[in-house]
Amino acid sequence: MKPAPFAFLRPATLEEALAALAGEPGAKVLAGGQSLVPLLSMRLAAPSMLIDINALPDLGHVTPDATGVRVGALARHAHVLASAEAAEVQPLLALALSHVAHPTIRNRGTTVGSLVHADAAAEMPMVLRLLEGSVDVESVRGRRTVPAGELFAGPLESTLAHDEIAVEAFFPALPAGAGVAFQEIARRHGDYALVGVAALVETDGGEVTRARLGYVSVSDVPVVVDVTDALDDPAAAALAELEPADDIHATAAYRAHLVKVLTPRVLADAVHHARQRSAQKDEKDMA
Amino acid sequence: MTTKLFGTKVPRVEDQRFLRGQGRYVDDLLTDDPRLLHAAVLRSPHAHARITDIDVSGVLDLDGVVAVWTFDDLTGPMAEPLPLLIPHPALTHGRTQYALAKDEVNYVGEAIAFVVAVDRYVAEDAVARIRVDYEQLEPVVGIAAARAAARLVHDDVPGNVGARMEQENGDARAAIADAPHTLTLELDVERSACTPMEGRGTVARWDPDTSRLTVWSSTQTSTGVRGCVAAKLGLDLAKVDVITPDVGGGFGVKINHPWPEELLVPLAAMTLGRPVKFTEDRREHFISSAHERAQVHHVEVGFDDDGRVLGLNVEFWHDHGAYTPYGLIVPIITSTQLLGPYKPQNYRVVFESLYTNTVIVTPYRGAGRPQGCFVMERTMDAIAAYLGKDRTEVRSTNFIQPDEFPYEHGLVFQDGRPLTYDSGDYPASLAKLKELVGWDEFEDFRAEMAAQGRRVGIGLACYVEGTGVGPYEGAHVHVETSGKVKVATGLTTQGQGHQTAFAQIVADTLGVRFEDVEITTGDTRKMPYAVGTFASRAAVMSGSAIHLAALRAREKALRIAAEALEAAEDDLEIVDGVVSVKGTDASIDLGTVAVLSNPLRYAFDEASKAATQFSVGDPGKAPVAEDDEPGLEGKDFYSPERSTFANGMHAVIVETDPDTAEITILKYAVVHDCGHLINPMIVEGQIHGGVAQGVGGALYERMAYDESGQLLNASFMDFLMPYVTEVPTTIDIDHLETPSPLNPLGIKGAGEAGVIPSAAVFAAAIEDAEGFPITAMPISPSELFDLRLAHADNSFAG
Repeated sequence: MKPAPFAFLRPATLEEALAALAGEPGAKVLAGGQSLVPLLSMRLAAPSMLIDINALPDLGHVTPDATGVRVGALARHAHVLASAEAAEVQPLLALALSHVAHPTIRNRGTTVGSLVHADAAAEMPMVLRLLEGSVDVESVRGRRTVPAGELFAGPLESTLAHDEIAVEAFFPALPAGAGVAFQEIARRHGDYALVGVAALVETDGGEVTRARLGYVSVSDVPVVVDVTDALDDPAAAALAELEPADDIHATAAYRAHLVKVLTPRVLADAVHHARQRSAQKDEKDMA
Repeated sequence: MTTKLFGTKVPRVEDQRFLRGQGRYVDDLLTDDPRLLHAAVLRSPHAHARITDIDVSGVLDLDGVVAVWTFDDLTGPMAEPLPLLIPHPALTHGRTQYALAKDEVNYVGEAIAFVVAVDRYVAEDAVARIRVDYEQLEPVVGIAAARAAARLVHDDVPGNVGARMEQENGDARAAIADAPHTLTLELDVERSACTPMEGRGTVARWDPDTSRLTVWSSTQTSTGVRGCVAAKLGLDLAKVDVITPDVGGGFGVKINHPWPEELLVPLAAMTLGRPVKFTEDRREHFISSAHERAQVHHVEVGFDDDGRVLGLNVEFWHDHGAYTPYGLIVPIITSTQLLGPYKPQNYRVVFESLYTNTVIVTPYRGAGRPQGCFVMERTMDAIAAYLGKDRTEVRSTNFIQPDEFPYEHGLVFQDGRPLTYDSGDYPASLAKLKELVGWDEFEDFRAEMAAQGRRVGIGLACYVEGTGVGPYEGAHVHVETSGKVKVATGLTTQGQGHQTAFAQIVADTLGVRFEDVEITTGDTRKMPYAVGTFASRAAVMSGSAIHLAALRAREKALRIAAEALEAAEDDLEIVDGVVSVKGTDASIDLGTVAVLSNPLRYAFDEASKAATQFSVGDPGKAPVAEDDEPGLEGKDFYSPERSTFANGMHAVIVETDPDTAEITILKYAVVHDCGHLINPMIVEGQIHGGVAQGVGGALYERMAYDESGQLLNASFMDFLMPYVTEVPTTIDIDHLETPSPLNPLGIKGAGEAGVIPSAAVFAAAIEDAEGFPITAMPISPSELFDLRLAHADNSFAG
């Protein structure tokens, strides 16, 4: 379990990192390393060069404002999870992050790294997609913004070009009258979920005007289903778009069953959350 | 009088070192030696294949590679198969692998080539460059395929049957035929593994100046490794030292020896004249060490209206993997220990031990007992369900009673001795367990939970464990002139707290301060006669030997001190390392007694000045009497007639989620009887660890082999060893102390106890919660969900 030989570069500037990446087709970017390093050790990945971005300046930020939360490429999960302001602006971040692996992994792993690793069993890619967020990427060719809906190409595959580095993710704020919820079932605490479900609902006067659900571990890519018009049986609507599969931990049928169990629970939680927030806002307005 | 330490919760002196990261494991050794080389192994990617060619030409020109071995490079005993450690007449078709595969590989992970390089990175690069041509053969995976025998693992082993063994006491089949009631059960247990924190590892250094080989290995038997290394490398035993440094857990897997690497590392060190290290990585541990537990059982039982078993007939099939280096120990233990605390009037057991193209099977903590307990306890629960009786009542009806000891089962145990229980009080244990878990109040709790829409169940399981298996262990106790006491025993330590527990015994027996006692284990230079640490035997075997050796040192100390103090031996006592005449001020330090015990010619310090031949002894007598030896030492061996049988009972309350089928542990209770407790804290630690491992085996862990023989979960990401979050936060423990009459301390082993009843007790509790039979373990929520569907369908059909 030792990696195959690779060149190692720890650039001091983003420009240097982007130039190196553009010049080395076999290079991989190292941030938190929580997925990449095991892949290297098991020789499932053998990049010619590792470009370690941990020395780059100005990428460790977690910046909440009224529009949402901006998370830099070097912000650790633990940092994002610990931000009360971020949780205030977008509560789903903390709800989901507390399910990401274990504290020691969250101390090192980066949220942006998890997004571009594009694992459909990971929480944050689904969260980004559900919230209709985006990722800013840079390359020697310039900067562009990739909407979450265009980020995930396939299993463990993002749409980023080889020479691009994701520098920041944007998670939109939770609008007034909206609520979120998250639940997952895993074999052990901190494991990848057998099934995870998040909900984002918008309400007006207590009535649901929009309801969307995001799913973890029941498809090849993070899937979001709009169930606004299927509130009587949202799980059935979701299952029509999901592809639960067998693996050594659970059968496809069990995963489908968990979708049916969790979907109404999470949806109800989110509606409750939305109404709670509306009530609090009303109280505040009255005061 | 000093406080007696035996029986008290002395904190483990080892833990300071371990918890501060100051342990010294095999991988920590010789790290500063610039000449140290590192080994990596090419392992078979196929479960069953013929090797038609191996091309290593691309390897040696890689910078940093020093040497490479394949089977063709091995000579003499190294080119013979590895030893079959424990032969048995029933093992008619025993097979062992070669240190490096010869012509054929029989499991994914089997060693094919051994590369030595300047570091492990380069060694792995080199391994990747070796080209092997395989002719693939159809693999045999799982017990069903092994029994079907449509394909053979070894061409010369018909039916894939390595052994068939039968034992019978009475006439079980006739008794069942005549019984008022009969039941038949099919019971399965899957594979798991020990998964110690530290994998295997070996370092060897050949000293050309002294022609001496030193081997450090992460093993449960340094004397065993020493014997194998000497025999395989053609060395005189006197030229080989094997030392066991700190070992990061064993749980059984490290009793098997010699591993291919345990021979190849010393071979390479001798050949190359440089020290060589092999440190197993986690994937290697999964695919090239050992597993255990997979067995399929068919049970027929006949019983009367009270649930009394009249006849029990058990047939089972044991998957022993590709080879049988450790013989039949695991299935023999299942076949005998299955009986637990019960006395079936007539018992027959037959097993077949089968080859499959998977990793070898050697004992894993519990060693066949968890399966046996599962079979017996599931049978007891089935009888209770059939008769509509309380499960504890049926067990009570079948218990061996306290006045029936020693109880002979009429069977032969794993040590070749009659299966005879020495002591126990099962009714008392059961009474304690019912109290501890709240057995009689459970129906109220169930109703209370049901009112909240929650589903709970309770289960219990009883076991008896043969511990302290022979043949012997020894100990040497040496009191230095400083008064410090150096103790050596030959078996090894893998974290059990031997320094603490053994020092407690020495402190009490010899009358010295606990802090002055230093214990050395697993070092063949200090104690070349030893067996090893397995079968919950260290406390019983080495603890007893240490006690006996300390008694000898004490006798000698009293004899010398009596002479020095001009007092009768009977009037002396030894407290905190000082011998004194009771009730007087006359005293002498044990260190001074040690000075007196060893007449010297040369003076090198104050103590030795006092001991020169001119200052001690009677000039009219020999300095060392004819029947005496110099030095204040004691040496003795303990070799019991037979094993001592500990017992215990576990109960668990689980909650099963009606929607998600998740299984949650609400309460776990243990009543444990291992005779006199040396250190209750250590015993409880062993129980906690065992229960944690048992939770893993019952609810999480399995070896997921696919039909081609690939292990799909050979990492801690997919092999679900429970985290601390999955283990009960509290385990309620109560002790019963029924002493063993077989050893001077009245102790019994405790190391495996916690894990034995897990599969049985969880199956019972889940069955109680769900209302349908649980016959296969481990069980996951996904499987429980499937069972619910199947039983729902049945109920519709019915």
